[in-house]
Amino acid sequence: MQTAPKPYWNPYIAGGLLGLGLLLTFVLTGHGLGASGATTAIAAKTSQTVAGNAAESNAYFGRMLSDGYNPLNFWITWQLIGLAVGALIGALTAGRFRLQFGGPDKLGRAKRGGLALLGGMLAGFGARLSLGCTSGLGLSGSATLGVAGFLFLIGFFATGAGVGLFMKRYWA
Amino acid sequence: MSFTIGMYSVATALVCGAIFGFALERAGFASACKLTAQLRFRDWTVFNVMFTAILVCAFGLFILEMTGFISKNEIYIPSAFIYATLLGGAGVGAGMAVGGFCPGTSVVGIFSGHMDGVVFFLGLILGTVVFAGVYNAVEPMLTALPAPEAQTVPELLGLPTIVVLLMLTAVAAGVGYFTTRTPKPKQRGTDTGGQTAEPGNA
Repeated sequence: MQTAPKPYWNPYIAGGLLGLGLLLTFVLTGHGLGASGATTAIAAKTSQTVAGNAAESNAYFGRMLSDGYNPLNFWITWQLIGLAVGALIGALTAGRFRLQFGGPDKLGRAKRGGLALLGGMLAGFGARLSLGCTSGLGLSGSATLGVAGFLFLIGFFATGAGVGLFMKRYWA
Repeated sequence: MSFTIGMYSVATALVCGAIFGFALERAGFASACKLTAQLRFRDWTVFNVMFTAILVCAFGLFILEMTGFISKNEIYIPSAFIYATLLGGAGVGAGMAVGGFCPGTSVVGIFSGHMDGVVFFLGLILGTVVFAGVYNAVEPMLTALPAPEAQTVPELLGLPTIVVLLMLTAVAAGVGYFTTRTPKPKQRGTDTGGQTAEPGNA
């Protein structure tokens, strides 16, 4: 028999824990939390493995890649692994781990998959333009009161809400 | 294959990352429905969680700097490039509206069993490869119109840090007041909207 998952936390409790975790990160390392730094390292390594010379002579990846380039040599990659472990512990202890394919509920699985892929590409491309994503710039940058963090969040919420209005028709 | 990273760094990364992932899961950020409900203005959890985290950390850093526990130049502050930072934010925002996640939350989604998170993550890798492919074309725009290096909002506005912190707190409290009041229950079976749109968000 499946029991109902525990409710989500109050936003201020969850936000408070997130803020304390972020503060701890700054005290221990001098910088904040992130995600797209690790996905960039994985993208560079994958390109090197698949395309070899083409990746190493690429203007962007070439600067990063060297012999024996390994994403596991970066703090941010281990932090992403920690993020995964923390999320898994959270989902399991709340009884919320469930295999499913989310997304706009008025669309079929193929269209949801297409949108998820397109959205991921937009976010991956965007995070390289801004040198960080919602975690690295929006959250960590704003916590240092950096102008860059707030500028990112303005672009993020304004565009997200605009495109969100268009996407609204696909959600119940 | 040799490791150049030390055990201490690996340990701090795993611990800080785990707190991050656990908090995002408890906030409900594994769900694309919950995340994008913010962008449809049906659920203000994303805003309230993010703003609370920013304020808690910013007040903490302020107090630790005031008491001399840490010095300001030990803390990494990102630099803004007006075009690149805004456009990048726009890309990540559009990506969330279309694909349901941002880079960090897609990983939270994956490890809660959301297969759309897996597809989004593959998209992230692909989007990064596309960026590398057109890098020469976008490169001049990346550093155009830079703001002063590592500039903060108090520096930009010429205000003391505590004043900016209190102003941000007022914004957060105002938004929180109007968005977390329990909506009056309507008749059974009708859409109550907002906070009760998804089960478990009491």
